[in-house]
Amino acid sequence: MDTALKKRIGKAVTWVMTFLLMLIICLPGLWVVLTGFRPNREVLAKPAIWIPEELTLNNFAQIFGFGAEQVAIPVPAYFTNSLIIALTSTVIAILIGMSGGYAFARFRFRFKDGIFLGLMLSRTVPGIALSLPVFMIWSRLGLIDTKPGLIIVYVALNIPFTIWLIDGFFRQIPKEMSEAAQVDGCTRWQAFWKIEFPLARSGIASAAIFAFLTSWNEYALASQLTRSTDSKTLPVGLMDFTAQFTIDWAGMSAMAVIIIVPALILTFIVQKHLISGLTFGGVKG
Amino acid sequence: MAEIKLQNVVKKYGPLEVVHGIGLDIEHNEFVVLVGPSGCGKSTTLRMIAGLEEISDGTISIGPQVVNDLPPRKRNISMVFQNYALYPHMSVRENLGFGLKIAKQPEAVVAERVREAAEILGLEELLERTPAELSGGQRQRVAMGRAIVRHPEAFLFDEPLSNLDAKLRVQMRTEIKKLHQRVKTTVVYVTHDQVEAMTLADRIVVMKDGWIEQVGTPMEVFNHPLNTFVASFIGSPPMNLIDAEIADNRIVLSDGTQLPIPERLEQHVRDGQKVVFGLRPDDLTPQGHGIAESGHRATVELTVELAELLGTETILYTRINGSEVLGKMFDPRDVSPGERMTFNISLDKVHLFDAETQKSVRLG
Ligand SMILES: Nc1ncnc2c1ncn2[C@@H]1O[C@H](COP(=O)(O)OP(=O)(O)O)[C@@H](O)[C@H]1O
Ligand SMILES: [Mg+2]
Repeated sequence: MDTALKKRIGKAVTWVMTFLLMLIICLPGLWVVLTGFRPNREVLAKPAIWIPEELTLNNFAQIFGFGAEQVAIPVPAYFTNSLIIALTSTVIAILIGMSGGYAFARFRFRFKDGIFLGLMLSRTVPGIALSLPVFMIWSRLGLIDTKPGLIIVYVALNIPFTIWLIDGFFRQIPKEMSEAAQVDGCTRWQAFWKIEFPLARSGIASAAIFAFLTSWNEYALASQLTRSTDSKTLPVGLMDFTAQFTIDWAGMSAMAVIIIVPALILTFIVQKHLISGLTFGGVKG
Repeated sequence: MAEIKLQNVVKKYGPLEVVHGIGLDIEHNEFVVLVGPSGCGKSTTLRMIAGLEEISDGTISIGPQVVNDLPPRKRNISMVFQNYALYPHMSVRENLGFGLKIAKQPEAVVAERVREAAEILGLEELLERTPAELSGGQRQRVAMGRAIVRHPEAFLFDEPLSNLDAKLRVQMRTEIKKLHQRVKTTVVYVTHDQVEAMTLADRIVVMKDGWIEQVGTPMEVFNHPLNTFVASFIGSPPMNLIDAEIADNRIVLSDGTQLPIPERLEQHVRDGQKVVFGLRPDDLTPQGHGIAESGHRATVELTVELAELLGTETILYTRINGSEVLGKMFDPRDVSPGERMTFNISLDKVHLFDAETQKSVRLG
């Protein structure tokens, strides 16, 4: 009886701790979401109103330009920019990551270790440290405030990571799989698409998610390299809510929700892949 | 349905040469086993035949065709890998049919061939499972099934049994032998296990350090090893090799024991020649405990240090001039360590190798 009781207490403690931890992690996010649904005057009220008295969709309506009060912020344009930039840079980073990861996992070539190390080291430089040189070069090339300009930066930012992750996955697939397929009648290309690619798919999906989220959420570089609705992304657009003397917290939070939701949805869709991917490839990779 | 010819085949990895110009003729429907210690180049040789490794020099032909520059898919061979390399995302049925599908065979043909292979290997019940749901022996069988469905010119096996436990290994060994009798095809089989080589092969190819040491039937290789390496590699427990010298028409072992030179070897040795005296444990038996105690014999007195009971026979560990020498006792009785026994040496079975070249003195 004693041990059973101990077990139950232990379990209860675990749950409470988990709950507290999750609360700490999630509270800011929940607060942002909540704020997005509250009128600004309630958000700013003094003394603070802790329990929302009024929930509204006005903030969202304003952002998208419906309703009486209009916010002069072109959120739909930012959304489109974000989507185009994040998707394009992810697709490119994954294609390159797949080729590079496969090459590192399967082939021997000169300076292989050096190149791999170089790729990893490039990630130790904080992106913001590059912003000035990138800004100067981009302005010469006329890439400032263009979508391709940002896409190139994000591809460069993501490639070391996608190569590293995907390399780990291909390494886990015995090379005999592809050889067996080649003996069975496949070309190397067919062996890749019919055998190795399906087996590495979860790893590639995880790499894609990470690349997408990096591009989708990136702020520091985008704030330097974008100016107008031509290329401004959602996180940069968020700052539009700060005027000289006022901050539209409710509007800003509503927009934050808009940024978070697609990322959440995407993560849920591939969650199964993500988890199996991380445990399968990440451990030894 | 083809012979395989290797002529002067060399494999280099960068500056490192791992196969040194080997030649081998494998006949139509022959079961050839490449055997040798780990790292001697067996897999490399097999993979060159398969087309999975480029050859650095020489020619390989399968049937009438030189295949040096053909990719694996054009060589019409199939291969069973050590780790089976089953496709984990496909069912057994799909694994078996994969090669035929790639070759764009009509579905009826695929179904029929898969059914046939499944029947030969007893896989009918397992067709809808995935490889993860199979035991080691079943995976092994699927790997063999995948090899036979395509009716290839030759089967290549790379240590197919080394991942199985001992009992299953013996069982699968028999099945492979049966399979070869049923599906008559040229087979090249790689193993480091000399027992597997002896039991399966029509001909054994003994390799070491990228060289072929000897090619012959299991009997030839066992009874007439060409050098000390083959002598000690084939046979279990291995052949005893004892330093000796030829003096006054006698063999003088390093401990001073004198033995007559068997007639068949007399003309191959000269006085004063340093030799290695080879004797299988089976031919060093305590008096009254040999297999057939006829023919020329000599006797030696030896002290038994350890007796290893195997049931029908006992292995006796003794020493000649410091080096361990094994004998065998058939129809065994209890032996206590330290016991001195008189052993028969079957002179008809002794081997002599030149000490310098390590080659059989019969080679001249
Ligand atoms: N890709 C490679 N690069 C360099 N050396 C290799 C490579 N593959 C095998 N070797 C070397 O070639 C030799 C023969 O290997 P292998 O054919 O696999 O031996 P076995 O199958 O007889 O154990 C070994 O010494 C091994 O280290
Ligand atoms: Mg090997």
